[in-house]
Amino acid sequence: MIAPMRDLAASLPHARPELLLAAFALIAIILGAWSSERAFGWLSTLGVAALGGAGVLAIGYAPVAPVDIFQGAMVIDGVGVFAKALIAFSAAATLALGADHFMRTGDRRFEFPVLIALAVLGMFVMVSSQDLISLYLGVELQSLSAYVLAAWRRDDSNSSEAGLKYFVLSAISSGLLLFGSSFVYGFTGSVRFDAIAAAIGEGAGGVGLMFGLVLMLCALGFKMSAAPFHMWTPDVYEGAPTPVTAFFAAAPKVAATALMARVLYEPFAGLEDQWRQVVMALAAISMVWGSLAALLQTNLKRLMAYSSIGNMGFVLMGLASGPEQGPVSALIYMALYLPANIGIFALILAMRRDGAPAETVADLAGLAQRRAWMAGLFTMLLFSIAGVPPFAGFIGKLVVFRAAIDAGLVWLAIVGGLAAVVAAAYYLRLLASIWFSAPAPELQSASGAIALTAVLAAGLSFPVLVLALGVLQEWAETAVRMSF
Amino acid sequence: MSEFFAAWPLLSIVTFLPAAGALLILLSRGALQGENAGYDNGVRWLTLPVTILTFIASLLAFVVFDPSIEGYQLVENLPWAFGFAYRLGVDSLSMTLILLTTFLTPLCILASWGIEKQVASYMVLFLLLETLMIGVFCTQDIILFYLFFEGGLIPMFILIGVWGGARRVYAAFKFFLYTLLGSILMLVAIIAMIGITGTSGIPELTAYAANIGFDSDLQIWLWLAFFASFAVKLPMWPVHTWLPDAHVEAPTAASVVLAAILLKMGGYGFLRFSLPMFPDASQFFTPFMFSLSVIAIVWASLVAFRQLDMKKLIAYSSVAHMGFVTLGIFSGTMQGIQGAIFQMLSHGIISGALFLCVGVVYDRMHTHEIAFYGGLVNRMPVYAAVFMLFTLGNVGLPGTSGFPGEILTMLGAFQINAWAAAGAALGVVLSAAYALTLYRKVALGNIENAKLTGIADLNGREWLTFAPLVIATLIMGFAPAFVFDFTNSSAEAIAAAYTGAAP
Repeated sequence: MIAPMRDLAASLPHARPELLLAAFALIAIILGAWSSERAFGWLSTLGVAALGGAGVLAIGYAPVAPVDIFQGAMVIDGVGVFAKALIAFSAAATLALGADHFMRTGDRRFEFPVLIALAVLGMFVMVSSQDLISLYLGVELQSLSAYVLAAWRRDDSNSSEAGLKYFVLSAISSGLLLFGSSFVYGFTGSVRFDAIAAAIGEGAGGVGLMFGLVLMLCALGFKMSAAPFHMWTPDVYEGAPTPVTAFFAAAPKVAATALMARVLYEPFAGLEDQWRQVVMALAAISMVWGSLAALLQTNLKRLMAYSSIGNMGFVLMGLASGPEQGPVSALIYMALYLPANIGIFALILAMRRDGAPAETVADLAGLAQRRAWMAGLFTMLLFSIAGVPPFAGFIGKLVVFRAAIDAGLVWLAIVGGLAAVVAAAYYLRLLASIWFSAPAPELQSASGAIALTAVLAAGLSFPVLVLALGVLQEWAETAVRMSF
Repeated sequence: MSEFFAAWPLLSIVTFLPAAGALLILLSRGALQGENAGYDNGVRWLTLPVTILTFIASLLAFVVFDPSIEGYQLVENLPWAFGFAYRLGVDSLSMTLILLTTFLTPLCILASWGIEKQVASYMVLFLLLETLMIGVFCTQDIILFYLFFEGGLIPMFILIGVWGGARRVYAAFKFFLYTLLGSILMLVAIIAMIGITGTSGIPELTAYAANIGFDSDLQIWLWLAFFASFAVKLPMWPVHTWLPDAHVEAPTAASVVLAAILLKMGGYGFLRFSLPMFPDASQFFTPFMFSLSVIAIVWASLVAFRQLDMKKLIAYSSVAHMGFVTLGIFSGTMQGIQGAIFQMLSHGIISGALFLCVGVVYDRMHTHEIAFYGGLVNRMPVYAAVFMLFTLGNVGLPGTSGFPGEILTMLGAFQINAWAAAGAALGVVLSAAYALTLYRKVALGNIENAKLTGIADLNGREWLTFAPLVIATLIMGFAPAFVFDFTNSSAEAIAAAYTGAAP
């Protein structure tokens, strides 16, 4: 064991991205408290810069071999860096969208960038945790910030309800996580991932360990919003202000996915035969329910909630597919899914009437006749998220299908395929509204930031850029090889 | 000169030239913004040369291509990710279908001249559709094939849904979901094949099937998965029900593309994948395929006979004619396969032309109900003559392109199963019944409907549209050897791969 102070001194330089975020959050609180509303604009801009900077730092200082920091509580490694980059950039994009939106609505509370930065800090801890304590701390930091964000519009009963619901249900899942962790600790004798893995290797466990593992998986399933632990998702998505929903749909999903991958393939890699059943069940139920339940939704945000449940099902299918291709496919899936998701939310935000963004499918009616460009972007993004070739989302589906089939989970792949067809039906419903219906009332013009985000996202979903897929593949593969 | 062009990436040019045109329209739209009549006309006049240029480029590829050589030519190969590759190449089978596509698209654009609604979007989608269709026929990587194969659904979905008839939304959904459901099973099978062989190259997969062969139990499943996709696309009875809906609701040019080219992807898939890659399973399923084909031929002909809508009638006749294609393919004989390829080409031209014929009167009267018309020959003699020619082609009269394909597929099937050939022959008789009845009701007799008294004959643009089709039908009817000599090498390779493995 290294001396604590020496360890701290050696660890801090490796934690540059986290430190940057923490520093931004603390300074922004003080500055914001003094200058209040006037500071919202530039604090948000600074926040976008800080998030982007954290992502760049994470990539820039990516190690070639895993580095344990803070006495082994956290690790800087390939999967962590990959996830941090995705989290940071998607959070920056959604913060930019949100700031733009709140500037227009006049709801300029400076806590917005601060809370997002803190949530992202929590996610960074989640994805690089190496023991059950840091795992829990990361999850809680992220969740606490998220509760407040969900209840952002205090005067709006929907938003308050969303926040409360999120808080109560999430607290239960945190309880499950702690409860499960205590079992794991009790039956393996350690909170550290490597020690747990070693104990399992020596045959520790039995029913008690299984119990703990299943409880932890349920809790993590909740954080990923995988069915049957998804009940909070549609309500929270619907109740929260749209930019906050956009944030929820992006960065936290990456963090939960990376954390799930880490938990499955680091401490519990030796129990693969046992957890595979659970993860497969989560995957199948999420894919099927995510697509079926969305069919009847008319509210855009509820629809996107079910869409993300279904997509998490595909990610879980990747994760269930064993160490060879599983984690890589899940990471690639996330990387290709995120831009489409953010882009769709950007377009929803861009479709403003009377100062409010589009709420229902009917609000999209006839967009193709009003704004052909926006309709084109929408079409690309929706087909991408539906996994229809030639767009990027298809590649993501292809990669997880391949992982599952090579691992012998053919039935799961077929379930996924059928779910994807059902899911296509409701994405098509949006497209039908956009293209085939008579135009709804004229839109207010979209701001530059939103348009830019949407165009970038569509660009990333576009097949031409998918040609650069080799880079992404190599990055994900190296990352996973380094970590697991 | 052909050496000079051989160095060019001709297939990429043919494939992506339409997409480049689409991009040009998109950019010009961003620059000009306005949607006035002048702009719409500009878009039309931009699209037509682009499609003609594509046709010329494909002719160049045709000149460079040497049909006497077996195997793929004009190969391009760039590595991609996950072991997949951007890999193009053609054999004579793909070359003919590419030519069919590039030949028909300019005619479709001409036929779409009257579209007034969202012209720029329409043309962009049509050009993208052309790129995706050509891509299907010239790719050599099975994942890339799937990419193009499925991607084609997107523009078609929007084309039917925006510019279609009254029940267009229903038809568009049905079209998309039906075909997607079929294809997703094929995707699972494709991934399984890549997992087994470790390659996604179509030539390598074919070679693997020939040298080592997929496990014969597994072949059954793989074959069924591919069947799910191609049978829907082709379409075969009983999964054809999306076709009449899609055809009736689609705008004329989309109907043409649907009948002439998209359906051929199913036949192409059977020839390229099912037969050479799963010969044991194909052998096993031959009785099944023969039954479905004969049912399709007889049943669809009978249904066609009772239709009240011109487009629906032609759609059912398409189902019947595609029955000949599957009959020929799964006979596995040289005649059958040659006949199937010929029948695909001929059906592409004739059914496309028939839909254009319907489009001509639809443009004038805005209905394709049979009962509305009658006695058109009195007002539109040229139209009646053209319509007559394609009706006879549809019947399979010797001298038109409809004849050689049908006779050869029946010959091929006769060697395997005489009863199937007899059933198919019954279909020939029935096709004469429904096609000639349609012609009699629409074109002959006196004009009963007062609205038809002012109807005008073909105008210059329509002349221009039909002339190439008439010529192609007659050439293929009188000199089918042109086509047979050209496709010989492909048909031989496919038949050899099949019979070589069959016990």
